[in-house]
Amino acid sequence: MNMQRDPGPPAGTQVGKSLPHESATLHVTGTAAYTDDLPELTGTLHAALGLSSIAHGRVIRMELDAVRAYPGVQAVIMASDIPGANNCGVVIHDEPILADNDIQFYGQPLFAVAARSHEVARRAVRLAKIEYESLPAILDMDEAIAAQSWVLPPAEMARGDAASALAAAPHCLTGFAKVGGQEHFYLEGQIAYAVPRPDDSLHVYCSTQHPTEMQHLVAHALGWRSHQVSVECRRLGGGFGGKESQSGQWACLAALLAWQTGRPVKLRLDRDDDITITGKRHPFQCHWEAGFDEYGLLQGVKIELASNCGFSADLSGPVNDRALCHLDNAYYLDAVAIRSLRCKTNTVSATAFRGFGGPQGMFMIESIMDDVARHLRLDPLAVRQRNLYGPAAGHERNVTHYGMTVEDNILPQLLAQLVETSDYHARRKAMATFNANSPVIKRGLALTPVKFGISFNATLFNQAGAVVMVYADGTVLVTHGGTEMGQGLYTKIRQIVAEVFGLPVADIRFTATDTSRVPNTSATAASSGTDINGQAVHAAAMTIRGRLAALVAQLSECQPEQVRFVDGRVYAPGFSEDFADITRRAYAARIQLWSDGYYRTPKIHWDPATRTGRPFFYFAYGAAVSEVAIDTLTGEMKVLRADILHDVGRSINPALDTGQIEGGFIQGMGWLTSEELCWQQAGAQRGRLNSHAPSTYKIPTGFDVPEVFNVALFDGENLEESIYRSKAVGEPPLMLALSVFFAVRDAVAAACGPGSRPPLVAPATPESILRALRHGREGA
Amino acid sequence: MNTRAIQFWYRGQIHKVDNAVPTRSVLQHLREDMHCTGSKEGCAEGDCGACTVVLGEEVDGELRLRAVNSCIQFLPTLDGKALFTVEDVGTPAHLHPVQQAMVECHGSQCGFCTPGFVMSLWAMYQNAPTCPGREAITDAISGNLCRCTGYRPILDAAKAAYALPRKALDTAPILSALARLALLPPLHYQSHGHHFFAPRRLSELLLLRAEHPHAKLLAGSTDVGLWVTKQLRELGDVIYLGQIAELKRIETVEQGLEIGAGVALADAFAALIQQEPQWLELARRFASVPVRNAGTLGGNVVNGSPIGDSMPALMALGARLVLWGGDYRRELPLEAFYLGYQQNALEPGEILEKICVPDAPAQGRLFRTWKVSKRYEQDISAVCGAFMLQVDRHGLIGDARIAFGGMAATPKRAPNAEMALIGQRWNADTAEAAVQALADDYQPLTDLRASADYRKEIAASLLRRFWLETGAGVAITRLGQIHEVSA
Repeated sequence: MNMQRDPGPPAGTQVGKSLPHESATLHVTGTAAYTDDLPELTGTLHAALGLSSIAHGRVIRMELDAVRAYPGVQAVIMASDIPGANNCGVVIHDEPILADNDIQFYGQPLFAVAARSHEVARRAVRLAKIEYESLPAILDMDEAIAAQSWVLPPAEMARGDAASALAAAPHCLTGFAKVGGQEHFYLEGQIAYAVPRPDDSLHVYCSTQHPTEMQHLVAHALGWRSHQVSVECRRLGGGFGGKESQSGQWACLAALLAWQTGRPVKLRLDRDDDITITGKRHPFQCHWEAGFDEYGLLQGVKIELASNCGFSADLSGPVNDRALCHLDNAYYLDAVAIRSLRCKTNTVSATAFRGFGGPQGMFMIESIMDDVARHLRLDPLAVRQRNLYGPAAGHERNVTHYGMTVEDNILPQLLAQLVETSDYHARRKAMATFNANSPVIKRGLALTPVKFGISFNATLFNQAGAVVMVYADGTVLVTHGGTEMGQGLYTKIRQIVAEVFGLPVADIRFTATDTSRVPNTSATAASSGTDINGQAVHAAAMTIRGRLAALVAQLSECQPEQVRFVDGRVYAPGFSEDFADITRRAYAARIQLWSDGYYRTPKIHWDPATRTGRPFFYFAYGAAVSEVAIDTLTGEMKVLRADILHDVGRSINPALDTGQIEGGFIQGMGWLTSEELCWQQAGAQRGRLNSHAPSTYKIPTGFDVPEVFNVALFDGENLEESIYRSKAVGEPPLMLALSVFFAVRDAVAAACGPGSRPPLVAPATPESILRALRHGREGA
Repeated sequence: MNTRAIQFWYRGQIHKVDNAVPTRSVLQHLREDMHCTGSKEGCAEGDCGACTVVLGEEVDGELRLRAVNSCIQFLPTLDGKALFTVEDVGTPAHLHPVQQAMVECHGSQCGFCTPGFVMSLWAMYQNAPTCPGREAITDAISGNLCRCTGYRPILDAAKAAYALPRKALDTAPILSALARLALLPPLHYQSHGHHFFAPRRLSELLLLRAEHPHAKLLAGSTDVGLWVTKQLRELGDVIYLGQIAELKRIETVEQGLEIGAGVALADAFAALIQQEPQWLELARRFASVPVRNAGTLGGNVVNGSPIGDSMPALMALGARLVLWGGDYRRELPLEAFYLGYQQNALEPGEILEKICVPDAPAQGRLFRTWKVSKRYEQDISAVCGAFMLQVDRHGLIGDARIAFGGMAATPKRAPNAEMALIGQRWNADTAEAAVQALADDYQPLTDLRASADYRKEIAASLLRRFWLETGAGVAITRLGQIHEVSA
């Protein structure tokens, strides 16, 4: 395996270095504490949930006497016991913390128990006797569309006259594409630990990407105000979007039980409960019509996009809007008409997941590219390259269908470089020879690009705050609104602060992210963590540095701009002292050694009514080439090689960025290949999620990593004034895995013959691949 | 028999437990009783590996180390063994080479799965003095899921650990402690109203079964563990088979191999592969290393799951079971053991003693076994098939044994397909006739692993592949044969 190419540090000494994760030594020794590892306070109770066992209907009778009487049970709460708002819907208030009467999905929480141990609580909830009246349940998008069942009204997005463009195009094609949902499978399950404090207040330790939202939900559930609740999170054992809105219900229930019992209450979901009752990536499907010329250049596209949002709106509005804003992926769509259906079904509410609708939107346009190429018997790469947005320097074909100008399109160059380094064309030729001589095993190859918009679509979330404290001894404590879920946010922030003060990273420490230290924070989501929190922290640190520089300028009789902070020392003409000496002097001189910092992303605006504007500060780019082999007897598949070239601007930490790229790629590969969500389709348990544990839901393992895996960072910098000209990297690499899916399709097509458009649906499980082979060979 | 505390080596001394429920998991004990929270719970079913610990046992004077899932190991099964957790391996100030390499290669992101990976890699490092190849490394971490890194840095770290100065475990004090523990009487542990017995001889087992006829028999707990963690079932009294020496023997006899019912899957597969190399791929895909270390071949056979992966091949190879009833033994072919879904031929008081697998005749035997699942490693079969033909010197098929898992309520042979083969020449027409006949052998179900149609289709595909590989001479028929990329 090849190591990534390190583009080298910028001017500074800490930013640009491949430093290990700030908690790496704690991780490997098992001493990094997660919420469940915190020492428990005396009297701590443990909670478990009673869940519905129908998908849709009403509770006729709920008998909980046996639950209450079970030895060790301290409290049982139902919807009617909630003093404030029985709601954890974050955009629209359509999601109860506990179902009061209406049951909307199989596994919906009906009541909660607090007991002396986790095991006692789990045993007790099974003693409930519940009678239901079942109603017909809608499980999939087609049923929902037929019933006009929506969580939000259908939406449109359009540019130009798609109908005329289609009519005028030399070639026209229709198609259907479908991609499944995805369970986050964070290794640390959902957990909240609520501790009552005096004078009607609560502190909640919670594994969440969004402490502020937890604070608000808990306060509302208790009928309290925000300043009565504080929420803290030092680290998460993975999030991926699954602990954004989805951690709210558990924080609320732990808090409600703690409030009722007056004792600390920990609610840790068992893995099966976690997978059953927390939201997942939205499944999407798409009927499309495309008009294009003989070279595959798109002239007009009509798309009907549908997503399965589950029973409530949750974040489905913004997720679907992001899907609409990524239906172009890297391609200029001249005349386009899109209708977006947000289906309501009796399944768990779909939610945020790395990419947030973007991957699903991109899947659709890549399906169209693939079909157009296969119809014309062209290499799909040629069609993809032909349709790219205009190059950075040009002014043609560079405005998205929602009106944002693509100012720094580096993809033509990036693709050319990757084609070269991955030896695409030679391998394409060699593969054709192999396939001609191999009756059972067929290989496939695909190169797909990524263009991903960075910023929250909703403008208001693009703000962040921080507090930097320098102690008199020269050590630094930092706190900000972002959460550390493995992505390395704290590590990058530490590098930024170390850079500003010229200190070794060991001199910078963090507090846990805590709503009582920085208020009104945004979710650590939308890849924005470092972009916005890094800027806020940078601003705070620069304020303090400015004060120190002024002091040193006074001492050394120079201008503050001449003062430099390097390697733990402070220099001015004819002056040199340890950083710690300067901070002691500053304290003695009564200079404020701490500061807040604040940042709001510039330039962005979005009109939700017309769905136009500049929702994104900038775009992150990348591309991947994947080679796969399939077994045409069984449909089994193996990824043999992946080459990735990805744009992170000027990297703050190349090793961490590479980790995000590789991890995102493999996670995306899982979404598109082995990870299949299976709902019971018939019988009394219709609507039950049968893939509710790692035994039944298969994320990639070490074996699935391609043996040849070349990952490189594209040499460039952010055109915009981002933090140290870096680019966000959390989500974009997930979509590099589209290359795996289309390589599989390429292999299936190779088995089916020239011009075939095998109807492969994602996830491309062995069964899905074999079905596509059969239909492809039959010419279906 | 007098009761006594559970005793095992843990953190540098002999650790005693006398008040835990007998079905308390090792992980619960570590996290909740000992407040050692390095080991994590990710799934409580032995599928994610966040809870991985390493067990040490004395084997032929050496300390044998094996990674297992602590979430589904009951505490009393540790009696007489050594337990190693992430807390034993190194500290932030004194990292073990495996930990150092994980840090240097950026092998952790969120870090929650990391202690489990460290333990799997530590076991590999201790057991392999030089760096193993990629295949062995991915196998070593086959029981560990990571959702952040994409594994590449962890695979690199496994190699990089060997480039650092080697740090060997001082086994002498541990072996001497284990020797002292071996002098204790067999474990009879009693707590919260339940008994847990760990007899060391079959004769002791006989007495215990007579005295406690309702006691549950426990082997590797890779399935029974989930009855407790997931179904919250009360097991009542338990008799653990894992300490009975007679059940842990592998013997080569004149007719073939005799594998004691209590032999760990890892050891059983090693012996089976030596006897018949075609087991290799199946063994590699069978669950994961920690499950193969804890689970037993006898447990897999007696459990009788329709998707138990050892049985199709054992059936195709003509394996026979020896059942032991205390004062008698009886033998029967494996396929006669299964009477229906989760029903078998064991009479009250009987146990499976050993599994006998005949050697191949000098020539003429063709054998293959494959499984198909959504994921290569650590998955449950959609279909698992095994094929054996005995071709005589005239080129005629004298015997045919085909068996499948995932196609019926039990692992089951394919009489129609076999009939279509016997007496025929092994050629394309025969193969196709057998494929056609196979369609009448099974009526599989649709479930989350596969639809009925897909199961029927790939059962036929595997039979076709058997022909392609053993008769048609097609060079490449499997993904496992593809390593090189195009160029």
